[in-house]
Amino acid sequence: MLELYGKTLSSRLLLGTAQYPSPAIMAEAIRASRTEIVTVSLRRETAGAGSGGGFWSLIRSLNVNVLPNTAGCHSVKEAVTTARMARELFATNWIKLEVIGNPDTLQPDVFGLVEAARILSDEGFEVFPYTTDDLIVAERLLEAGCRVLMPWCAPIGSARGPSNLDALRSLRGYFPDTPLIVDAGLGRPSHAAIVMELGYDAVLLNTAVAKAGDPVRMASAFADAVDAGHAAHEAGLLEPRDMAVPSTPIFGKAVLT
Amino acid sequence: MQLTINDEKREVSAATLAGLLVELDYQGDWLATARNGEIVPRDLRSECRLHEGDRIEILSPMQGG
Repeated sequence: MLELYGKTLSSRLLLGTAQYPSPAIMAEAIRASRTEIVTVSLRRETAGAGSGGGFWSLIRSLNVNVLPNTAGCHSVKEAVTTARMARELFATNWIKLEVIGNPDTLQPDVFGLVEAARILSDEGFEVFPYTTDDLIVAERLLEAGCRVLMPWCAPIGSARGPSNLDALRSLRGYFPDTPLIVDAGLGRPSHAAIVMELGYDAVLLNTAVAKAGDPVRMASAFADAVDAGHAAHEAGLLEPRDMAVPSTPIFGKAVLT
Repeated sequence: MQLTINDEKREVSAATLAGLLVELDYQGDWLATARNGEIVPRDLRSECRLHEGDRIEILSPMQGG
């Protein structure tokens, strides 16, 4: 079982709620993914429209935990204020903390991220920081009060999959007891399986599911891949070998020449 | 008085943030508010007096990744 800030979860897949063809398909994909945590955001409401209310009641009807994000925030102040607003609105201390440093790569501003994480942790927030795969930044985030880390494996929405396996392996090795969730960059179920086989605790997906030809089937495919990768890690993977090793016993082989 | 509400300049007569939400027909319990970059919690909206040029943000739950 996965434990994040004291909450025990059986699913190791976190799913975003953006970019689906329709709210109904989003809801169906959430069910098919077997996720227990979905990410949401805060955006400007139009007077008299109540659009946020409709979305919010749909999410609540799905009986999942909500992880609000600070997506699009480029400064510590913006991210901190957004987190405070999200806490009031969604009635949760959880926050997926994003402080974006570059508009093209959506690379986290790790300096601002650590600063915001400290402010929010001191205020009782339970921070899920969207970070890079940098070890020292990870250390600073833990010092700042984070008890979960969410490194990217490639830029958000790029679907490139794990581009630096060595870095992901190091993070896992350095922080064996911290829940590590790969957030961003996964494009296909095999990517999710790869990071789960490395021993990652969970993955966070959005675009790869929402923009698939059939988001509902893709959600289910990712769920299977996450489960398979996790089971494989727990089962103990065979390390690659330089030479062939016969699988059929040599002993007892007939001599037929 | 003129305020900037969700990045749009508006002429309004409400004296408080709570009054502003009523005046502009923002209903529902799913709104979060900020004035000049600082959160104004729901309970404090009726005490939050508005001033010329204030920047108000009115947010609600939306899709996110």
